[in-house]
Amino acid sequence: MDRLVELQPLFWQSTLETLYIVGITLAFGGVGGLVIGVALYVTRRGGILANAPVSVGLNLLVNFFRPIPFVIFIGAVQPLARLVVGIGIGNKAIIFALSLAAAFGISRIVEQNLVGVDPGVVEAARAMGAGRPRIIFGVLIPEALGPLVLGYTFVFVALVDMSAIAGVIGGGGLGNFALVYGYRQFNPAVTWGAVVAIVVIVQVAQFAGNLLARKVLRR
Amino acid sequence: MAIIELDNVSKVFPRAHRGAAPVSAVEDVTLHVEEGQIAGVIGYSGAGKSTLVRLVNGLEKTTSGTVTVAGTTITGLPERRLRQVRLGIGMIFQQFNLLSSRTVWGNIAYPLQIAKVPKAKHRERISELLHFVGLADKAHSYPDQLSGGQKQRVGIARALATSPKVLLADEATSALDPETTRDVLRLLKKVNAELGVTTVVITHEMEVVRTIADRVVVMERGRVVEDGSAFDVFAHPQHATTKRFVGTLVADVPTGAALESLRANHTGRLVTLSFRDDSLPQSEAFAELIAGGIGFELVHGGMEDVQGRSFGNLTLALRGRDSAIDLALIRLRAKVPTTEVG
Ligand SMILES: Nc1ncnc2c1ncn2[C@@H]1O[C@H](COP(=O)(O)OP(=O)(O)OP(=O)(O)O)[C@@H](O)[C@H]1O
Ligand SMILES: [Mg+2]
Repeated sequence: MDRLVELQPLFWQSTLETLYIVGITLAFGGVGGLVIGVALYVTRRGGILANAPVSVGLNLLVNFFRPIPFVIFIGAVQPLARLVVGIGIGNKAIIFALSLAAAFGISRIVEQNLVGVDPGVVEAARAMGAGRPRIIFGVLIPEALGPLVLGYTFVFVALVDMSAIAGVIGGGGLGNFALVYGYRQFNPAVTWGAVVAIVVIVQVAQFAGNLLARKVLRR
Repeated sequence: MAIIELDNVSKVFPRAHRGAAPVSAVEDVTLHVEEGQIAGVIGYSGAGKSTLVRLVNGLEKTTSGTVTVAGTTITGLPERRLRQVRLGIGMIFQQFNLLSSRTVWGNIAYPLQIAKVPKAKHRERISELLHFVGLADKAHSYPDQLSGGQKQRVGIARALATSPKVLLADEATSALDPETTRDVLRLLKKVNAELGVTTVVITHEMEVVRTIADRVVVMERGRVVEDGSAFDVFAHPQHATTKRFVGTLVADVPTGAALESLRANHTGRLVTLSFRDDSLPQSEAFAELIAGGIGFELVHGGMEDVQGRSFGNLTLALRGRDSAIDLALIRLRAKVPTTEVG
């Protein structure tokens, strides 16, 4: 316990790092996932941009990347990380890998929620002369917003979990903190300090997500 | 002038999967709807009614033939131009299809946004529409807080927002109870009468057609099998399908089981008088029977009113001397179509 007090500055820094990694990832991965998810939805058979080759290609791509365990995924995309963010290790590299993995995961959540939108509403928008962008941003996304908020909240929680592995390539955050100063130094108090911080982050995020979704759904 | 012109229009849907046959949903339909008309398109499920109206606003592309709306040929028009045309064609739906994420106000604003109507003009237009459909107090409600009839009123207001010349209603009252159906039909009539909007109403209920249509188009298996003024179609249905539809509202000359049961329950000779508005008035027909000393009883049928003209088939059980009845029937036949059924 004394040790945890001693490590307090590092503890707070790690907490902020986790929030930073997860926050940036949710932004990049969230936008990427939205784009891929919308593309998956509109290119489906009968969709507003139905296109079989693109649809099949996107599905193959998503299905290829999604099942890769994240700890392996980090290593697999390291060369790509060097190319894109200029470095293969550290927080930048972990954010890159995490964003990529999140984008593929989120795309399925987005697609599912868009499929749940009443096709009649899309039909009505078309009948009124709406173009595709207007249908996507004015109808599909607003109509699916409630479940989308819950979906993104779910992803946020999953990212907190996944980001704990950042230490593997020299990234920081609470996972690394617990591993290095708790587990390896046989100090359960430090490990549990990290656990409590993570639990608090998750609780707050879920609460905020539920609140927002309720506001959007009006129930 | 015809505002909607379908000329030799066909629509074939490609087969859904291997082994399935392509579906010919609309086959060689030629239909011209006059400006200001309310045309009722009736047919059983799968007859191709929805496909037909969706061809009018280009939601479906014709396989062959041409579609012209308000002078613009829709067939072959690029999507961008087509969207422009759709601003002039309103559409309402069985399930209302309102945006659940927007209020009533927001729903009506949506087509105004599409039409790029300046925001400053929205308020006036939307409140005008809300008053027109009688929902001024519901502007800030969400669709899930409204009844079915109110939702359809929003649908109608939304469809009218851009002042279209044509309104397409696909089973617009099929999800509503009879009372609400009448209210919504009354509103559609008002839209037609006050705004001069040409309306195509799709339905499988003859009651809907009778209430508002000037013109009746009967569809079966993709084809138009009967087309005429509402009165003519009701009073003189030609095609078997039309007769079945008309029969749901208007009692016909009794046959089969209905006739058996009439015979079992009534004594006397059964005679059906088919009154049309150009035939002898009922009072004179009955006076004829009374003069012949014939007792009569109305056992089947009734009078109907279509577009302010009445007609109907009345089956009477006649009692009296046979010779007197024969004489009366001869006199009646000269003035009103009369069928002795047994
Ligand atoms: N998008 C489509 N793809 C394939 N077949 C279709 C499609 N839309 C309609 N059909 C077929 O075309 C035929 C006519 O359908 P349509 O929906 O026009 O009938 P309807 O008269 O409106 O019937 P209902 O009263 O049930 O609404 C049906 O056999 C239907 O299965
Ligand atoms: Mg239909």
